[in-house]
Amino acid sequence: MAGEPLLRVSDLTVTFPTGRGPVRAVEGLGFSVHRGRTLGIVGESGSGKSVTSLAVMGLHTGAEVTGSVVLDGRELTGLAERELNRLRGRRMAMIFQDPLSALHPYYTVGEQIAEHHRVHFGSRRAASRRRAAELLGEVGIPEPALRAGAYPHQFSGGMRQRVMIAMALACEPELLIADEPTTALDVTVQAQILELIARLQEQRALAVVLITHDLGVVARVAHEVLVMYGGRAVEQAPVDALFAAPAHPYTRGLLDSLPRLDDGDDEPLRAIPGSPPSLLDPAPGCAFAPRCPRAAAAAPAERTRCEDTRPELRSAEGHLVACHLSPHTAAHARRGTR
Amino acid sequence: MTAAAAAPVAPLPAPPAPLLSVRDLKMTFPGRTAFPGWMAFPGRRARSAAVRAVDGVSFDLAAGETLGLVGESGCGKSTTGRMIVRLLEPTAGSVVYDGRDISRLRQRALKPLRRELQMVFQDPHSSLNPRWTAARIIADPLLVQGGSAAGARRRAAELLELVGLLPQHLDRYPHEFSGGQAQRIGIARALATGPRLIVADEPVSALDVSVQAQIVNLLARLQEELGPAFLFISHDLSVVKRVCDRVAVMYLGRIVETGDKERVYAAPAHPYTRALLSAVPLPDPAAERARERIMLSGTLPSPAAPPPGCTFHPRCPKAREVCRSEVPLLRVATAGEAREVACHFPEPEPSG
Repeated sequence: MAGEPLLRVSDLTVTFPTGRGPVRAVEGLGFSVHRGRTLGIVGESGSGKSVTSLAVMGLHTGAEVTGSVVLDGRELTGLAERELNRLRGRRMAMIFQDPLSALHPYYTVGEQIAEHHRVHFGSRRAASRRRAAELLGEVGIPEPALRAGAYPHQFSGGMRQRVMIAMALACEPELLIADEPTTALDVTVQAQILELIARLQEQRALAVVLITHDLGVVARVAHEVLVMYGGRAVEQAPVDALFAAPAHPYTRGLLDSLPRLDDGDDEPLRAIPGSPPSLLDPAPGCAFAPRCPRAAAAAPAERTRCEDTRPELRSAEGHLVACHLSPHTAAHARRGTR
Repeated sequence: MTAAAAAPVAPLPAPPAPLLSVRDLKMTFPGRTAFPGWMAFPGRRARSAAVRAVDGVSFDLAAGETLGLVGESGCGKSTTGRMIVRLLEPTAGSVVYDGRDISRLRQRALKPLRRELQMVFQDPHSSLNPRWTAARIIADPLLVQGGSAAGARRRAAELLELVGLLPQHLDRYPHEFSGGQAQRIGIARALATGPRLIVADEPVSALDVSVQAQIVNLLARLQEELGPAFLFISHDLSVVKRVCDRVAVMYLGRIVETGDKERVYAAPAHPYTRALLSAVPLPDPAAERARERIMLSGTLPSPAAPPPGCTFHPRCPKAREVCRSEVPLLRVATAGEAREVACHFPEPEPSG
């Protein structure tokens, strides 16, 4: 991709102080997103994907955040709260999983959207309210002028998520971070919301970071995918390459364990044994090693390496993979015969 | 339903009496009281409208069969499941279990039946008593049914092993287990009394993808080994396709399509089923781009004020005049087919 990325994150590490010692929720993470592109960050609970999104927005107060987050050439880490406030909402915005807890219950949705406009553009009350109604119309809410006067509880889940999107886009940001934006929604409504985000992205050349646990959603909307496990990136690749030939055993395991509509269902699912790691007591080596079929099948010396040494992200056939046992040269067979 | 037998094709062999037979099941939740009675005044409605959560659901479930009840949130699938295990008393209709209508039985009369009807819940942690050990949680149904303490503990150890946990897990508390392990305990508890019917309400929805597959495989294995019938309630069509023999798709308190899994997934006849299937994201970018999606407008209407006629008509891409006024009944769309649809214009269009 030509040109400078809009967002460049490098060596991001987030550490939380806890009663049981520091917990490193995200470690050494790096990625970049260009205008008009979507990066999907995939992972299970505790993989650090939401912590990452909050770190980019500078929303961690109790945590230690190191590394670098550069938005359009400007370093955000270490920026004063006042400076960040000018950027949040204006140049980068976020939508959350649960719109009901992200919206203020006492204010009408129109007022909540209009407030953004007044704060960032200093516009007049009447003008900002008109703009709020326009935005509600743009995200597909019927009778926007009327609905602007309604309170969050008067909307359905899908409509609330549209309100969140309207609010996020109120000040024409260039970067949109969507943290599980459709997880709380039904599939038919999810399809509507994903379509809406894609349309708005096209119209405004938005850079989108979409955080999800759903590989199907990633396959639908992302251009580039980052797979996280135990707070680290284990694989990063363009969406087609990732799904066609997952290079990391965890990515492969995730895809294999997914029940899918377009598959036969005679064979049992190939589940990954065990459960995701605890961040309280991280293993010195690869976080996936205890569950990894490749490590289990490897020679003892190689297995020890997996257990004792952190694998670094290396590039292999267009993928970035953090695995000691990832074959650099052998082409991965395409999954199945489809 | 006997409509299949009435079709003008070779008569099907009379099926054995089903284990569970649900007929015209209804659940109406009274509206909430906005004001206490003494505050009520003219012109102010004291109650909001009653919610018809389940509005006439009928199906059969044979012994050892797995039926998937799918639909979006608020369609009444969980309420249906709860009425079948009699955690709720239906407003109307019947639940005939093993030849006996249990829909009006009192709690005392239900107790012996609880041995045969069990339930697995969505959230593994909130469905386990945090102050009990795994052994006590699993043994409790046996003790309630009059088992001895030592025998119940022995059985609990066996059950733990059956669901893939270890005997040393017996004396641990729920918080010491991960979500997947806790769900295994919930399943062991449901299996304790050797039930013939298990209602599983979204048993894998709260789990991570990698763990979800373990539990799906476990349920499939247990079903094969122990042979209970399953009513598998889920919003996830991909999981249901894995686990079930038959599916019933619910929309706003009614079943809109039901039949053999292969038929329903391969050739959905109801426009809602079609839209639902086409909305499920596939983990395959190329297939996703090539896919034709049926986008539904709007969201589920309120079950307190369901639309007249076919309740799906305001969102239906092929709704016509008749859909606005007449309620379509669940009937066999293509003669001789093990599938029923509640639609005036099912797919494929009957072209003569």
